[in-house]
Amino acid sequence: MANNKFSSGLMLSLRQLRRSPLMIVVHLSVLFLVILWTFPTAGLLISSFRDKDQLAVSGWWQSLSSSEQNIIGRTSAPDQQVLLDGKYVLSGTIEGFALQDTILRFGWTSKQPEAYQVNTIASMKNAGTLTVSSDGQYTMTSLVPFTGSRGKRVFYTQLTSPKFTLDNYVEVLNSEGIGQSFINSLTVTIPATIIPILIAAFAAYALSWMRLPGRGLLIALVVGLLVVPLQMSLIPLLQLYNTIGSYFGVSAKTYFGIWLAHTGFGLPLAIYLLRNYIAGLPKEIIESARVDGANDFEIFVKIILPLSFPALASFAIFQFLWVWNDLLVATVFLGNGEHELVLTGRLRELLGSRGGNWEILTASAFVSIAVPLTVFFTLQRYLVRGLLSGSVK
Amino acid sequence: MVSSTGLTLKNIKKSYGKTDVLHGIDLEIALGEFIVFVGPSGCGKSTLLRMIAGLEEITSGDLFIEGAHVNDLPAAMRGIAMVFQSYALYPHMTVYDNMAFAMRIAKEDKATIDQRVNSAAEMLQLTDYLYRLPKALSGGQRQRVAIGRAIVRNPKVFLFDEPLSNLDASLRVQTRIEIANLKETMKQTTMIYVTHDQVEAMTLADRIVVLSAGNIEQVGTPLELYSKPANLFVAQFIGSPAMNIFTVKVLQTGKVTRIKTQNKNVFDIPISSAAQIKEQTITIGVRPEDFCLADKESCMLSGEIVFIESLGEVTLLHLNSSESTDPLVVKLPGIINKQKGEMICLKTELDKTHLFDEQGISLLYQV
Ligand SMILES: Nc1ncnc2c1ncn2[C@@H]1O[C@H](COP(=O)(O)OP(=O)(O)O)[C@@H](O)[C@H]1O
Ligand SMILES: [Mg+2]
Repeated sequence: MANNKFSSGLMLSLRQLRRSPLMIVVHLSVLFLVILWTFPTAGLLISSFRDKDQLAVSGWWQSLSSSEQNIIGRTSAPDQQVLLDGKYVLSGTIEGFALQDTILRFGWTSKQPEAYQVNTIASMKNAGTLTVSSDGQYTMTSLVPFTGSRGKRVFYTQLTSPKFTLDNYVEVLNSEGIGQSFINSLTVTIPATIIPILIAAFAAYALSWMRLPGRGLLIALVVGLLVVPLQMSLIPLLQLYNTIGSYFGVSAKTYFGIWLAHTGFGLPLAIYLLRNYIAGLPKEIIESARVDGANDFEIFVKIILPLSFPALASFAIFQFLWVWNDLLVATVFLGNGEHELVLTGRLRELLGSRGGNWEILTASAFVSIAVPLTVFFTLQRYLVRGLLSGSVK
Repeated sequence: MVSSTGLTLKNIKKSYGKTDVLHGIDLEIALGEFIVFVGPSGCGKSTLLRMIAGLEEITSGDLFIEGAHVNDLPAAMRGIAMVFQSYALYPHMTVYDNMAFAMRIAKEDKATIDQRVNSAAEMLQLTDYLYRLPKALSGGQRQRVAIGRAIVRNPKVFLFDEPLSNLDASLRVQTRIEIANLKETMKQTTMIYVTHDQVEAMTLADRIVVLSAGNIEQVGTPLELYSKPANLFVAQFIGSPAMNIFTVKVLQTGKVTRIKTQNKNVFDIPISSAAQIKEQTITIGVRPEDFCLADKESCMLSGEIVFIESLGEVTLLHLNSSESTDPLVVKLPGIINKQKGEMICLKTELDKTHLFDEQGISLLYQV
């Protein structure tokens, strides 16, 4: 008895040992993938909220520490000067200086912008002086009156405290057209996700539970279509669409066309996935419904659809992501106008025209990531196991 | 139409492609009768039941329910209800919705649905569970929901496909009693019950249909099958443990049949026989419970005990005997003080033996 217990304990630890190297590998791979995915995303998110000037000089990992920045400010205009002890004096806070920052050094020529520490007195030409304190206060004196309409230039190096702002998003959504493209993308994606799911669910039910001649052949055909590359069929499809479209007087590039295209490209996989799932539902449940008097449509709506939520949700996520991120099909089937350009297309344009403006690119990128993330986290709660438990033994 | 026949099956056949599963089933079932299909697994019981239900196409033959020809009628319109072996509850619906499903499809009004579901739930002690999902029920409760779902439809024919095989032993007895009660309360409903378990068949059935390899072997009341098996298959299938069989030679026919056993012992069986079996090899069968212990003088059969099953109220002795190639089983009342390896003597009342010809057909009772 005791011996037995001992040996079973031994067996257990042996089994764990045998399993553990694999488990460690699995865990490490998962960790690796998580890091691989999380780091750039976090970087993108943080960058998109940073001030554009700071973004230009430091990376997102430095976003919480202050950075030094060389800035050109101005004094107030010469008409503010006062005559004090025989000297003309300009004083106040440097224009454009933000109060939370700290000035470290200053200078008065572009050749030597960092020549003086704060609170020291710099001597300028004409026996003038300039002194700047760390909080941005300056005093500039001269024996001759200041002239001109604008204030004099002051060069200074400041320690900028980190600054986060929603300005990038506001700008991107309003003036860069991302907002409109966002709506365009949704207009493409939502129907292009729902239509194939609907069709595929019907087809999957018919292909698994209805007696029809040539069913096996149809399934084989669908599986065969899975391997046809999209790039190969794109142009013939467009030609076909245009020919038929011109016959009905429909223009070449419309939302309807791209819905059809995405539906067509998504269907084989959708039918295949959903059929595998639906064919695996217990036969007795469906027969039971049939005995209970339900016709095929009622069985489909009342039994199959509710029980297929996990499969529908997984395909919905898949199709949504694929359509949302698609550029190729959109380029071929949809125009470039303001009301047609999708997010991916807009991002590509921005990359060309505003390639240096990181704040625009990061914010735009995050806008385009946000939707797939939302979709995933909303739908993933349907990816549950055990939906069938309690039905059949 | 009022009819006294519940179901009529005329030469019903089923084949899947080239394989024939049922080879021509003829059966009359009276209205309100409780019929049990019994047979070893794979013999076609479920297939026959599913053809009656309309879930499986009838390859050839005719099926009538209460006089109406229903071969081509879809399942929903045959007025049947079926309880599946695996319950087949709708997992995403509550108990109430499961039971109401058929009536909702039939567009019954709410009050009727409510009333019928509630009364069925009461009958099956499910009232407290009406708003639970199947996964929150025990096995027995799930089975009762499956039965309830069938009851509420007021079917003409009630079909059960091995409804107890997923339950544990004590629950099985309890549910069996519930089904027996159901049979009493639904007197007008014809019930067909499929099982491979002969105890279920014997306790529930008005009549049993014994199937084997796609053929009906015998139809009859439980006691008829026990006492007058029409062939070796039924003789060995009904009764537990199975009937013992011996191959013997007929020496003399007439009012008394004289036979010679393998061991060249000669017995006179007080059963009359026809002349044409003289000199033929036949099979005689003796049920385990028809043997009793004997002393040296009255010994008909001796054998060595190879295994003892003491069940308290009965003892089963397994014997090796030179009279038979297969081991024999003897069922004796009470507790028997014997040891493994001991030789014992047995006797039987010879008029209780069953005679079968070389093909295994009973020489005593015709179907
Ligand atoms: N769909 C099918 N296709 C081919 N053979 C089948 C099919 N269904 C059942 N069979 C065969 O029919 C025979 C009877 O099956 P079944 O009626 O389920 O037996 P059981 O008496 O155990 O309920 C079995 O030999 C089985 O292999
Ligand atoms: Mg079966």
